[in-house]
Amino acid sequence: MSALLRVSDLTVEYDTLGGALRAVDGVSFTIAPGETVAIVGESGSGKSSIAHALLRLIPRASGRIAGGRIEFAGEDLAALPEHAMRRVRGARIGMIFQDPMMALNPVYTIGRQIAEPLLLHGSVPVRRAMDRVVELLTLVGVPAPEERIRQYPHNLSGGMRQRVMIAMALASGPRLLIADEPTTALDVTVQAQVLALVDELKARLGMAVLLITHDLAVVSEVAARVVVMYAGRKVEEGPVNEVFADPAHPYTRGLLAASDWSGDPRERLREIPGTVPALAELPEGCSFWPRCPDAEPRCRAARPAELASGARRASCVHAERIWRPS
Amino acid sequence: MTSRLSYVALRALQVIPAVLAIAVLNFILLHMAPGDAADVIAGLSGHASAEMTAELRRSFGLDQPLIVQFFVYIGRLLTLDLGISLIQSRPVVELIAERMGATLILMLTAIGVAVGIGLLLGILAALRHRSWTDTALSVLALVVYATPQFWLGLMLIVFFSITLDIFPSGGMRTIGAEFGPIHSVLDVARHLVLPAGTLGLFYVALYTRLMRTSMLDIMTLDYITTARAKGMSELRIAFTHAARNALLPIVTLLGVQVGHLLGGSILVETVFGWPGLGRLVLDALLQRDLVLLLGILFISSVVVVLTNLLVDVIYGLLDPRLARK
Amino acid sequence: MTVQVASGVVSLWHRFRRNRAAVLGLAIMALIVLAAAFGPLLYPVDPFDMLGRPSTVPSQRFPLGTDVSGRDILAGLLHGARVSLLIGIAASLAATLVGLVVGALAGYFGGWLDAVLMRTTDFFLTIPSFVLAVLIVAIFQPSVLIITASIAVVSWPSVARLARAEFVSHQGRDYVDACRAMGMSNAEIMLRQILPNALPPVIVIASLMVATAILTESGLSFLGLGDPNIISWGYMIGVGRTVLRTAWWMSAIPGVTILITVLAINLVGEGLNEALNPRMRQR
Repeated sequence: MSALLRVSDLTVEYDTLGGALRAVDGVSFTIAPGETVAIVGESGSGKSSIAHALLRLIPRASGRIAGGRIEFAGEDLAALPEHAMRRVRGARIGMIFQDPMMALNPVYTIGRQIAEPLLLHGSVPVRRAMDRVVELLTLVGVPAPEERIRQYPHNLSGGMRQRVMIAMALASGPRLLIADEPTTALDVTVQAQVLALVDELKARLGMAVLLITHDLAVVSEVAARVVVMYAGRKVEEGPVNEVFADPAHPYTRGLLAASDWSGDPRERLREIPGTVPALAELPEGCSFWPRCPDAEPRCRAARPAELASGARRASCVHAERIWRPS
Repeated sequence: MTSRLSYVALRALQVIPAVLAIAVLNFILLHMAPGDAADVIAGLSGHASAEMTAELRRSFGLDQPLIVQFFVYIGRLLTLDLGISLIQSRPVVELIAERMGATLILMLTAIGVAVGIGLLLGILAALRHRSWTDTALSVLALVVYATPQFWLGLMLIVFFSITLDIFPSGGMRTIGAEFGPIHSVLDVARHLVLPAGTLGLFYVALYTRLMRTSMLDIMTLDYITTARAKGMSELRIAFTHAARNALLPIVTLLGVQVGHLLGGSILVETVFGWPGLGRLVLDALLQRDLVLLLGILFISSVVVVLTNLLVDVIYGLLDPRLARK
Repeated sequence: MTVQVASGVVSLWHRFRRNRAAVLGLAIMALIVLAAAFGPLLYPVDPFDMLGRPSTVPSQRFPLGTDVSGRDILAGLLHGARVSLLIGIAASLAATLVGLVVGALAGYFGGWLDAVLMRTTDFFLTIPSFVLAVLIVAIFQPSVLIITASIAVVSWPSVARLARAEFVSHQGRDYVDACRAMGMSNAEIMLRQILPNALPPVIVIASLMVATAILTESGLSFLGLGDPNIISWGYMIGVGRTVLRTAWWMSAIPGVTILITVLAINLVGEGLNEALNPRMRQR
């Protein structure tokens, strides 16, 4: 299978007063054309840093991609010069963000902001730009698009704003859409609509989607495969139905138990004890052992190797009885 | 749109109490001066006779109780009757109106050019954050903040007029020269360079610093990341998405600066013999013409209040969110 | 208590010391203060005495030359330092005190008192302050006291706004409510509880105001509104102005002195800002 995106050994570091922190530590995964892959994890797990690193959006003043490759359609984005990278952003890879109110410029009209990527990448002639914007708004289900283009972000509801963001990200027909917590800031009723829209557009436009979320219900609804992150490292990966039915990593099990999505309401509130460790104070060995119900002495001794079984991967010593090293 | 109109109307209404307050301040100052207000108006000039003082007392209602005097005085000010400058023997309003134009030309040129340059340098400093350009601009700004404006003017005269002889050292027009319309504008412009530069340099420094800080704040916001994710270059983001938003807090500050600008203008005008309000202040000081000084305070305060109104209206146009509030 | 204050000062100094420009500013300030305090004693020349030929260049007898009336420029600088520092510090102190009282009352009590006080403050922020200062000095005749008062009158509003903001932000906090529940009087809460918390930013703005006040004073005396019995830097620039063509240094010297003094004060103010308000650290 030829992947659209192949991320290998990606490492992201941020500068702090106490030195460089590894927010993402040697993470690898792939996305096939037209596939939806979800990255899940608690806040601070590094999932958002991956999203920003893929488009090289980490501000130079605060951090950097410290290692690894980001192969997209045959090119290594991590090694691309900045000007070439600009032709990827917003053209071949689109991105939407957590809070559409913050992600839209308050002083520009909706129309202008959606037209920008079109004009930047020369997708349409200038005089056709606004027609195309109206088409895009229609595509994402914004009513009365001709009026909307003259309005400002504060005139719109949260759901409408996220639709505008999606229209903006899709403007130049990207092959990959990165959605960084696209529903977190929205009302529950609107969340489902926006997810359904992303799913529908994906099928219609034949693009791949990388969904960053902490919400397992969202993952089970739209993603084919899932990558589970913990403290900057990938702990488990595999087809969503298999991972959710039979999680291999204790952390994934904990997440599933804690989420209100999984069946039994009596089990609902069983949360994982403890909190995500600060990146500066990661424990030796497996990062998860202080919170792990199955921790053994060897979990502290060394970082567990990644084990594979079919399409599944997990980094836990307990999986080795059935799985082989990958 | 209607909400914007009503915002402007509401804001315009606030001018009324402000102008009233200025009139009250003028009245208080007039009565704080040692001696009878009529003596202040007439006597301190040293030229007034006893009948003249009595006449003044009657015409300003100074023989009435204080409360009546107050209303008479306020009424006079509000109808722009600022009294007669006894030295010049002409209505104060007329004298001020004559000089206002020159002061406005100086102030508008200085602040216009200074804000333009300052904003550009501020964007540059923010883009080159922590580079030597940024540091050099910061150091320069500190030095400029510490420079007395009138002294800077004198030093510019020494350098550009006396040593290099490229700009005139004073006045607004070449005396005795007969120019066509175009040449006379150029002549004024040539005379304007040094005083406007002197007055403006402080604001170049100020707006460089303000814009730099504002830009650095804005550049960390999510919608800047969105713009980057669209494939926009840093330079383009800085001059469109970031600059437009970074300007908003700065525009409001412009209003606060107008009063300061006027004070600076007065000193700079005296240095360069620019025939505006500043020179009028100096003349009034030399001749102890308090009526004229009070008139200048009143009119210049009103100008500041009106400019603030204008600035707020401009702000309303720049920030689409305002209509909602 | 004394130990606490002392350790507070020590840690403040440690934070202040990190800003090298601020330390430089402090060193310059110390030199200027020493010059103002002891200069006239070590260099006992009356700045108003006409001792030499007019407008001479610097020489052994007159290290910085003489002015148009043959007065010693160095003596003028040393005596002028006293006036500038005195007026600068006194005006800033007075303005800070007035501003603190107005801002504290407005911020603590709110309501109509807040409205009235803040309208007044805004009004004083709007009117052209230099013109008002000129008028006050012109009405009352120039003297050190009047000049100081006129500068204080135009400077207090910025302190008042800042102090109000501080008091408003502390007003609703739990510890203030707790004090009230303990039966503390409003005056006690304002002075003992809120004021110490509100003070750091006020100290910073007060120190920067000294610099502005020195600039304003020089402008006033340049216009001839200085105390006629005391020599000041702005007056010296005005004197030198008449012979700008032939003896430019005569205005240049006092001007550079003002510049260095004001720059030093601003550097110290910046340093204080970083040391006192570490959260608002400059980038």
